[in-house]
Amino acid sequence: MLTVLLATGPGLLTRIGASVLQVVAVGVGGPLLLGLMGKIRARAEGRVGPPITQGLLDLRKLVRKEAIRAEHTSAVAALAPLVLVASAAVAAAVTPLVTSRPVIAGGADVFVVVYLLLMGSVALALGGLDAGTAFGGMGSSRAMTIGAISEPALLVAVLALAVQAHTSNLTGIVAASLSHPEWLASPERLLALAALVVVVIAETGRIPVDNPSTHLELTMIHEAMILEYAGPDLALVTLGEAMRLGLLLGLVANLFFPWGVDVSGGGFAMLVGLVALGAKTAAIAVLVALVEVSTAKLRLFRVPELLAGGFVLAVVAVTTGLVTR
Amino acid sequence: MRTGAALDVVELAAGIVLAGAVVALWRKDLRALISVLSLQGAALATVAAVLAVHDGDAGLGVVAGVVLLAKGLVIPGLLARVVRADPGSRETAPLVNVPASLVTAAVLVVVSYLVAGHLTALFPDPLTRLAPLGLATVLVGFFVLVTRRKAVSQIVGLLLVDNGVALVAFLLTAGVPLLVELGASLDVLLVVIVLQVLATSMRARFGHIDLDQLRELHD
Repeated sequence: MLTVLLATGPGLLTRIGASVLQVVAVGVGGPLLLGLMGKIRARAEGRVGPPITQGLLDLRKLVRKEAIRAEHTSAVAALAPLVLVASAAVAAAVTPLVTSRPVIAGGADVFVVVYLLLMGSVALALGGLDAGTAFGGMGSSRAMTIGAISEPALLVAVLALAVQAHTSNLTGIVAASLSHPEWLASPERLLALAALVVVVIAETGRIPVDNPSTHLELTMIHEAMILEYAGPDLALVTLGEAMRLGLLLGLVANLFFPWGVDVSGGGFAMLVGLVALGAKTAAIAVLVALVEVSTAKLRLFRVPELLAGGFVLAVVAVTTGLVTR
Repeated sequence: MRTGAALDVVELAAGIVLAGAVVALWRKDLRALISVLSLQGAALATVAAVLAVHDGDAGLGVVAGVVLLAKGLVIPGLLARVVRADPGSRETAPLVNVPASLVTAAVLVVVSYLVAGHLTALFPDPLTRLAPLGLATVLVGFFVLVTRRKAVSQIVGLLLVDNGVALVAFLLTAGVPLLVELGASLDVLLVVIVLQVLATSMRARFGHIDLDQLRELHD
């Protein structure tokens, strides 16, 4: 890793700054995106809804509360929220979000980012199991069932872009698609986008797959897992989940619509990249929220159908990519 | 050698045809299947039209029109009439459940890529390289045909096979002769009309269009 850092040369400080900026952008932007989606849903349903900053206000409230853990929990329950936030932060630091040249750019491989995300979900599932309550176990089991299909689909969908760009490095893919605008409407990209949308909806626990705003025992997945968390721990879990949402939306935005990503490394270009990232992810979040309003939640046993469909679309995307290049 | 924008459009249309086959396997709502067929028909007609314009082949242009009319409009329209007479009809219990059949479809796509790869290696050209997409559509169509129970879904399977064959024909031979394509399109049209009559009389007599329940003879 040290050689990678040293090899980057003079722009090192800027690039470290860019990575820090990305982590902060995802940390602040994630809760804001959640708030935006809540606001759009509320408006579409004819309510006023909470302000967009509600996610950040909730975090502040939770952090100030007394730290309290369920009885008989082990270190796993204490570590899980930290691992979740830390893995999301590392993934945010290496992924090309604001700039296409973050520090340790060589490490921004598709596999690394997907497995960092997976690490977070597994940590959270273990945390859900740790208290030994019925709901925690049920939620973890459901989350792992869905994750077992959605993570491979995520990997294969991005692999379709990797086949096209001849590199599995995310920064390489973004740079290649910036220099080949005609790729944006190629069949493998459209198929991979369709697959990735399904995966992102499942990974972030939105409606057809999970309903983030209810605590109904028959249907809840994510909320069941975190039922035993309170106070600062809950704040970390909420922050981690919001960061994953921001990261996934940012990834979709930059892989498929790479306009505005900073390639030069200058301060102004980075500002443009930040604004572009915010605008693109906000647009996607509005679309996801509108889909949420207009669809009914799927029965839990039909969720694998939806995800298998996404997976097959991803496989078709890779095959099309192999055929046409 | 065909390159540039024309090739991009053909690639996109071929991708839509295969994606349509996968979506047909995915959705249980019969109305969704019919809109998929209509989209596939339009994509096929686009392939033919682009090739016709590019090669300056008037006969292929007529074929494109026939394909658009028959596969994009008339056949889906007839099927939509069958479905409309039986509102709320869904493919409730296919022989293979949806996740398993989708995984099978993924395997079929990979198999067709591996098999057709040998075939297209004989004459490497940007167009023939797309042939595995057509072959995969044929295989997925066959799979729909053998695992679905409703008469309408089975005919959708048959039409998927037909669309896949047409796509391979357009890509490998730069267009079938006008007469052959006319014959094939009219043949399929006839099949759909027969199905409509069959489905109507089945519903009149038994009250459903589930072919699996017709295995035994009744007095």
